[in-house]
Amino acid sequence: MNVAYYPGCSAKGSSKDYEISTQAVCRALNITLEEIPGWNCCGSTPAHAVDTELSAALCARNLDIAASQGAKLLLTPCPSCLSNLRAASQRMEKPEFRQRVNELLDTPAAETFPEVLSVMQGIAMQLDKENLALRVKKTLKGLRLAAYYGCLMSRPADRMRFEDPENPQLMEDLLTACGAEMVDFPLKTACCGAAFGIPERAMTARNSGRILELAARLDVDAVITACPLCQMNLDLRQTQAGRALNTRFHMPVVYFTQMLGLALGLPRKQLGLNKLAVSADKLLGKLDDPRLADAEGGQQS
Amino acid sequence: MNDHIDLNRLRDPSFIAAVEAQSGQNVSTCYQCGNCTAGCPAGFAYDMPVSQIMRGVQLGLRDSVLHSRSIWMCLSCSTCSQRCPNNIDVAAVMETLRHMARKAGYVTVPKMEKFWLSFLNTVRLFGRSHEIGTMALYMMRSLRVFTDVDLAPTAIAKGKLGLLPHIPPGGAKPVARIFQRYKERARREGVRP
Ligand code: SF4
Ligand code: SF4
Repeated sequence: MNVAYYPGCSAKGSSKDYEISTQAVCRALNITLEEIPGWNCCGSTPAHAVDTELSAALCARNLDIAASQGAKLLLTPCPSCLSNLRAASQRMEKPEFRQRVNELLDTPAAETFPEVLSVMQGIAMQLDKENLALRVKKTLKGLRLAAYYGCLMSRPADRMRFEDPENPQLMEDLLTACGAEMVDFPLKTACCGAAFGIPERAMTARNSGRILELAARLDVDAVITACPLCQMNLDLRQTQAGRALNTRFHMPVVYFTQMLGLALGLPRKQLGLNKLAVSADKLLGKLDDPRLADAEGGQQS
Repeated sequence: MNDHIDLNRLRDPSFIAAVEAQSGQNVSTCYQCGNCTAGCPAGFAYDMPVSQIMRGVQLGLRDSVLHSRSIWMCLSCSTCSQRCPNNIDVAAVMETLRHMARKAGYVTVPKMEKFWLSFLNTVRLFGRSHEIGTMALYMMRSLRVFTDVDLAPTAIAKGKLGLLPHIPPGGAKPVARIFQRYKERARREGVRP
């Protein structure tokens, strides 16, 4: 499957690990990601917080380049980029809005844009859970994980069309197919505090703290995320979150692509696990424990 | 209870119509069940709970609503929209109110706007956002010594803080032109860009 690909700015900075593990997993599953040439920032939260048309213009430029390359499907790993790109597509269907946005662009945007989906949905399109299970080289059996989607992946519902907006299951499906035990995680679509980490740290620390606290109480080995901003708030800012709740957490926060990569038996170096602020060594040690590998049978490592 | 809703304040009956038109939402159907407020993860930092903002819009309390702190502290998480029994996209209403406030020049929480504009400046300059650039500009604008110094050593050790911006091949000019046209149009229309 060949698809257009929009990495988003954090792929070049704070979420390099998400990016390299996404690339590695897609390569292994024969999904060819064709990066949109000359893509620009989608504007993220600041653009839509300031002005809807500015946000749409920044997105439309990317969608237009992808359309001019003949792309029918565009994948992005980042839920914030996904939300903005989908919002722009949706709003551009209104002629007056399209007109206002076109005024901001060098040349009017293409009439139709490719469908924009998350990398997670792209992977699920490429192979269903039965087929994914057949590709597992190193079972995740013995790991107890919490899937955390964040607030943007599934909401607003009519824009995102990503399963049940408060109880999505896709990540659980993928990781269960890899052998992991997925706990019921009621805060799976709660907000982590988003981009408020810099201007209003208390907001992010409190919201992320609640998520980490529940994960710790459920005694999971890791929280699995799909969003660069959530990952940064829960991982890099974990000490701040702990302080807000008068506690200390030691909770690895791992991208779902890193977990899939482990299950597919990809070299760990290709998964960027060394970039996590909270070490995942304990979890990796569990995976390497021969007693667990024996127990499930049938899987060679 | 409703301390913030002072009925003696100026009421602007055209306000609800303007909010409804801009947000595309039918605010008049709100019956104050409070679901939106109950699930709001930012509510602890609000001066008016989100359901009171909705009531304020209905009552035409333009000034109270547009001067509220809440519209700046909203995380845009859409929990409220998801849970509203009347299918109001409450988050879209909050965003509309923030846009209206900015255009009118009301900025109750200036640091939020400073942060956004710092971020957008890096996009204008480089075509892509740049974390360190955003922080540097934000520090300058807010005269705030960077509050995240505790994170820098880890972020740098893990190679997660790109020191140099990433400029798209072909340059950042096309993006700068989008910002340029946006600014010019805002000036022509007499609103805050
Ligand atoms: S979108 Fe804003 S108002 Fe609505 S629940 Fe989230 S933070 Fe609260
Ligand atoms: S959930 Fe909907 S109906 Fe209930 S108070 Fe909020 S906006 Fe009004």
